[in-house]
Amino acid sequence: MSFEQFIFYVLAAIAIISGLMMITVKNPVKAALWLVLAFISTAGLWIMAQAEFLGLVLILVYVGAVMVLFLFVVMMLDINMSILKEGFTRYLPIGALAAVAIFALIYMVVGPDHFGLDKVAAPDMKPAGYSNTTEIAIPLYTEHAYAFILAAVLLLVGIVAAIALTLRRRPTGAVLYQDIDKQNKTLAKDRFEMVKMDAVVEKAVVENEEEDKK
Amino acid sequence: MNFVIPSFAPAIPEIVLLVMASLILVADTFWSKRFQNATYYAIQATLLVVGYLLLTSFTAETVYTFNDSFVRDSFADVMKLFTIAVSLGVFMFAREYLAQHKFVSGEFFVLGLFGVLGMFVLISANNFITLFLGLEIMSLAIYAMVALRKYDGMAVEAAMKYFVLGALATGMMLYGISMVYGATGSITFTEIKEIIASGQADGIVLAFGVVFIVIGLAFKLGAVPFHMWMPDVYHGAPTAVTLYIGTAPKLAGFAMLYRLLYEAMPGLVTDWQQLIIMISILSMVVGAIVAIAQDNLKRMLAYSGIGHIGFLLLGVIAATDNGFSAAMFYIIVYAITGVAGFGIIVALSRTGFEFDRIADFKGLNQKNPWLALMMLIIMFSMAGIPPFVGFWAKILVIEEVVAAGFTWIAIIAVITAVISAFYYLRVVKAMYFDQSEIKGPVEIISPSLHWGLSFVAILLLALGLLPTQLIDLCYLSI
Repeated sequence: MSFEQFIFYVLAAIAIISGLMMITVKNPVKAALWLVLAFISTAGLWIMAQAEFLGLVLILVYVGAVMVLFLFVVMMLDINMSILKEGFTRYLPIGALAAVAIFALIYMVVGPDHFGLDKVAAPDMKPAGYSNTTEIAIPLYTEHAYAFILAAVLLLVGIVAAIALTLRRRPTGAVLYQDIDKQNKTLAKDRFEMVKMDAVVEKAVVENEEEDKK
Repeated sequence: MNFVIPSFAPAIPEIVLLVMASLILVADTFWSKRFQNATYYAIQATLLVVGYLLLTSFTAETVYTFNDSFVRDSFADVMKLFTIAVSLGVFMFAREYLAQHKFVSGEFFVLGLFGVLGMFVLISANNFITLFLGLEIMSLAIYAMVALRKYDGMAVEAAMKYFVLGALATGMMLYGISMVYGATGSITFTEIKEIIASGQADGIVLAFGVVFIVIGLAFKLGAVPFHMWMPDVYHGAPTAVTLYIGTAPKLAGFAMLYRLLYEAMPGLVTDWQQLIIMISILSMVVGAIVAIAQDNLKRMLAYSGIGHIGFLLLGVIAATDNGFSAAMFYIIVYAITGVAGFGIIVALSRTGFEFDRIADFKGLNQKNPWLALMMLIIMFSMAGIPPFVGFWAKILVIEEVVAAGFTWIAIIAVITAVISAFYYLRVVKAMYFDQSEIKGPVEIISPSLHWGLSFVAILLLALGLLPTQLIDLCYLSI
């Protein structure tokens, strides 16, 4: 076993174990952290397959941004885990059976019988100065420019959908808003008014107090 | 690096659609306060302009552009024109509904227009990436539209179910796509077709991929056993959104099926034909039997839609040019009938009252005989009773499946058609022979809807009397 193969199996084992832990662990925060570990080990696998750019982007985008946001959401919500876990043991046998069956099928198809080295040759080792980023960037902005723009449209639709679903315009009577322009434009005479009025003599209150005592 | 800038001309309708949708999205925030209907009229004008552009550049030849990721052929043009026509009707009905239920929002129309763009991309897709992106643009817009009435618990629940199941189905489909890519080494449909025909690709890996792709397709079309979302989403969504989901996206879904199964993988016909036979029969049976138990018209139409998809797949089972043409005719007729069927619920609903139970239609003939007649036409057309156009749609797919040698499937189809006639006729019986439970008159919410609904319903009759042009159009374009 070469050193590369050793690294590969270590990373693959970490990815599988963290994936299993992610779906079985009870605490959602811990599950998210296990998922982070799964992402990092997958990124390692990608880098070993000479896809450095994708590996780094996986760490930056998924681990750095998506999972951190996800952790925020998990921490802010008060999720009752006992309700979520209900029926887990009841469905476990049938779920495990389905999982094993699908795994066996996938192994039969994706395994060495159909994707072995005799069927698909091992990729060439790239020279040291080989730039992964250029190789991805050139087709992305030329051949696949149409798909690239469509991906942008997809994100735009996502933004519109998110804003439309979360923005709540409350009537101005119900909430008090601060209008800074209006505040700056106010003059002293709008705010403060001098009123001339006659002096008023206060009425005696003793009489009332006595009535209260009765 | 040698790169030739591709021709943009075939995609001009899409480009105009995208530019206008983005423009309206920004403009809506400015003009929506002063002119409530400006967004609606802008959307309708955009659709008309795009339809005009399509008509003037209508082409009978096949043009590929953007490195073979975009295809423009007569199939695409016809499907896009009907998508435009159906969407025009949908938005017209939807506006009145939104006004009645006091949730007029520009987002509904803008998301709807982006959905139409997604359908266009899907119809014209010639590789897996654009197909997938088109599908996602369309689906994402629809998920958001279902949940748009955010204080309505049922709508939000429907949106959640749709979103989670939809994401799962998309994942399945992507997995299948990756398998096909792994076996052929190409994402372009035309290339995949050649590679499969040459026999270089691994048959087992391809068959494995096809299974997952068919699962994804069946989910998007709402075929059994991936139909669970349909009744809940149709029932839970605001009727205007149900109207949108039940019509135009089905056209795009059929286009996706055609591009994937018939343009990319005709070499694997023995693999997907068996799957489609199973799905088709199950859909027809479940659609016919479960619909009988429904008392809500939207749920009933959802199950009837499942049955219709089963019928549509008969043409796909035939796996010939003529079979797909018959299926194309079926889906176009289904979309038009859908506009009328959901349109009548929209047209009769009032603030705080959805008018979507079958019991609400009791005695409609005494209250409003013209409307009852329109509903009668719609129900008869859906049931496939001559001379309405639904009859021609059913007879064509059955003819094609018999021609392909599957007489036993045709027999099952006819039996389920007879069973499903029962629940359509039950609505007719409620309208003509039962006593109304509603006090006061039953009126359509606005005169323009009255004209619109009458137009669509009479169109069903007119197309049924003179179906040749539309049938020829479908047979010539595949």
